[in-house]
Amino acid sequence: MGMAHWPRRLVLGGGLKDMAKITLSKLAHSYLPDPKGEADYALKEMDHVWEDGQAYALLGPSGCGKTTLLNIISGLLTPSDGRVLFDDIDVTQAPTAARNIAQVFQFPVVYDTMSVRKNLAFPLRNRGMDRASINTRVEAIAAIIEMTDVLERKAQALSADAKQKISLGRALVREDVNAILFDEPLTVIDPAMKWALRTQLKSIHAALGHTMIYVTHDQTEALTFADQVVVMYEGRVVQIGTPQALFETPAHTFVGYFIGSPGMNVLDARVEGTFAYVGDEKIALGADYGRPGGKVQIGIRPEFVSLHGKTGMAAKIHRVEDVGRHKIVRAELCGQAVNMIAPEGAEIAADAARIQFKPDAISVFVEDWRLEPGGGKQG
Amino acid sequence: MEKTLNQKAWFLVLPVFLLVAFSAVIPLMTVVNYSLQDTFGNNKFFWAGLEWYTELLHSERLWSAFGRQIIFSAIILAIEVPLGVFVALNMPKKGVWASLCLVLMALPLLIPWNVVGTIWQIFGRVDIGLLGHTLAALGIDYNYTRDPLAAWITIITMDVWHWTSLVALLSYAGLQSIPEAYYQAAKIDQASRWSVFWFIELPKMQGVLMIAILIRFMDSFMIYTEPFVVTGGGPGNATTFLSIDLVKMALGQFDLGPAAAFSLMYFLVVMLVSWVFYTVMTNLDKKAGY
Repeated sequence: MGMAHWPRRLVLGGGLKDMAKITLSKLAHSYLPDPKGEADYALKEMDHVWEDGQAYALLGPSGCGKTTLLNIISGLLTPSDGRVLFDDIDVTQAPTAARNIAQVFQFPVVYDTMSVRKNLAFPLRNRGMDRASINTRVEAIAAIIEMTDVLERKAQALSADAKQKISLGRALVREDVNAILFDEPLTVIDPAMKWALRTQLKSIHAALGHTMIYVTHDQTEALTFADQVVVMYEGRVVQIGTPQALFETPAHTFVGYFIGSPGMNVLDARVEGTFAYVGDEKIALGADYGRPGGKVQIGIRPEFVSLHGKTGMAAKIHRVEDVGRHKIVRAELCGQAVNMIAPEGAEIAADAARIQFKPDAISVFVEDWRLEPGGGKQG
Repeated sequence: MEKTLNQKAWFLVLPVFLLVAFSAVIPLMTVVNYSLQDTFGNNKFFWAGLEWYTELLHSERLWSAFGRQIIFSAIILAIEVPLGVFVALNMPKKGVWASLCLVLMALPLLIPWNVVGTIWQIFGRVDIGLLGHTLAALGIDYNYTRDPLAAWITIITMDVWHWTSLVALLSYAGLQSIPEAYYQAAKIDQASRWSVFWFIELPKMQGVLMIAILIRFMDSFMIYTEPFVVTGGGPGNATTFLSIDLVKMALGQFDLGPAAAFSLMYFLVVMLVSWVFYTVMTNLDKKAGY
């Protein structure tokens, strides 16, 4: 499986590529005809550039505006404010067909009366491609989605999995698209197939070099697929970064919670210079954060909380969950919940235990946004 | 232990038995009975065997009524189905206008059949009818009581006016059930409006369209009231369809035997066509994998 072993020539089919950098400029969208305040906007004002040829994941909970953003890029939705540019050409008002974009939807869409082959050929036929080139291209894509042997069958009679693979195939069949957008495309696919398809998508990206934007609410899916992950929360992009950056330096408490399993521990605290105070406990920080005001919190990943017999802060352990390769310890520190990850073999005392935070792994948040040492605020 | 043998349970199915007997079997058997006998009145019957059937099968009167009936049904299907689909495609999908459209479309369906007939009978009259008078004033020779063509056009227009709504409403329901993602995918695939209709809308409407065609076929094949009110089957026999002919035979001439044989053959034709439709529809469903 995978397509790294397919000759590049076959996969490309020998056409010209015409990809674009996609710029969102002061973009915002409201579904209401007359939006009043910020709360009326499904998508808050944003500026963002999707670089040509990158694989992005758009990650966020349901209802955070991911699909809205995707539909604005593909032109299925016209934004209420701002502009969309493909390589500096304003396409905000351009219809979907003029944008030459491929998009895969959450639920499979196949043309019932057509065979699998005709389904795959449909976007090419609409572009007036000649029959021979269409055939070559369709065969190549059928090989990638592993449907060569069912090419002549009616699409209607196939399973949901297979139908979604046809949808994927239709998105990949045009070589000259400006971008390929995926809107939670693997929701209906069973888990084993999911892994295989995701890996395939990644190698297709490597081989074809299209700009790809992959919408998902599944962090594993996002982190395995993308070079850059864009995290959205309540209609706003809260962080764009590599999977590593999202893990180590979340820009917003939401990124902390959302990435990682379990998510980051975020504790209400008071920060003075190089120390934080949670309840009566004094916790050393990796750097000097000054004296921030407002709602101050510190965040620490469960991976960087360690359990000690004697030294450290007194914590109350509520529950230990053995998830196989490690244990998740649910505890409480000064009335606030703290999760930690302990190695599989660790002995965990039933009653009071002592825990320690790794100083340079602690993040400081003011009003939910990350505070950089020295007092500079990011975001 | 010995099992108690008790046949009283049969009484439990008795109500259903009686119901079906009185509502279907007995009336039908009465007709079968009439169709095999002859009478000269006074409630005296003579065995006639299949005589009426052979006579009717060679009757020019029946065959011409049957021909007119087929042509009528074919014409109204050919007009109402495409027109209904076209109307449904152009109806607004949501909002106040959609509701208004639905109410307006439903109106003709709520009018009793003989009222529809009366409306068009008056509407088409040359002396006082808006349509007939206007056409006459424009110098067009239109008189449905004299000219067979005018009579046909009037009756077909009336049927189209009365029943296109039904096809439109059914098609509209079919269209509304198509998920938005199909239209979005078609836009992404750069499909033309025609492709969207041909590859998405029409296949998705297939089921409801089959039902619409079946209902319209059966209804039009059994049409009686409206042409009876408007033309009374005339001029001459020009608009005498099967039902009108049947009533003439049974009640006008009181030919009980031939009329009964006629009814049974009529019934068999309608049932046969419905069975063909049913088979085609279930096969379609099977192919769709429901």
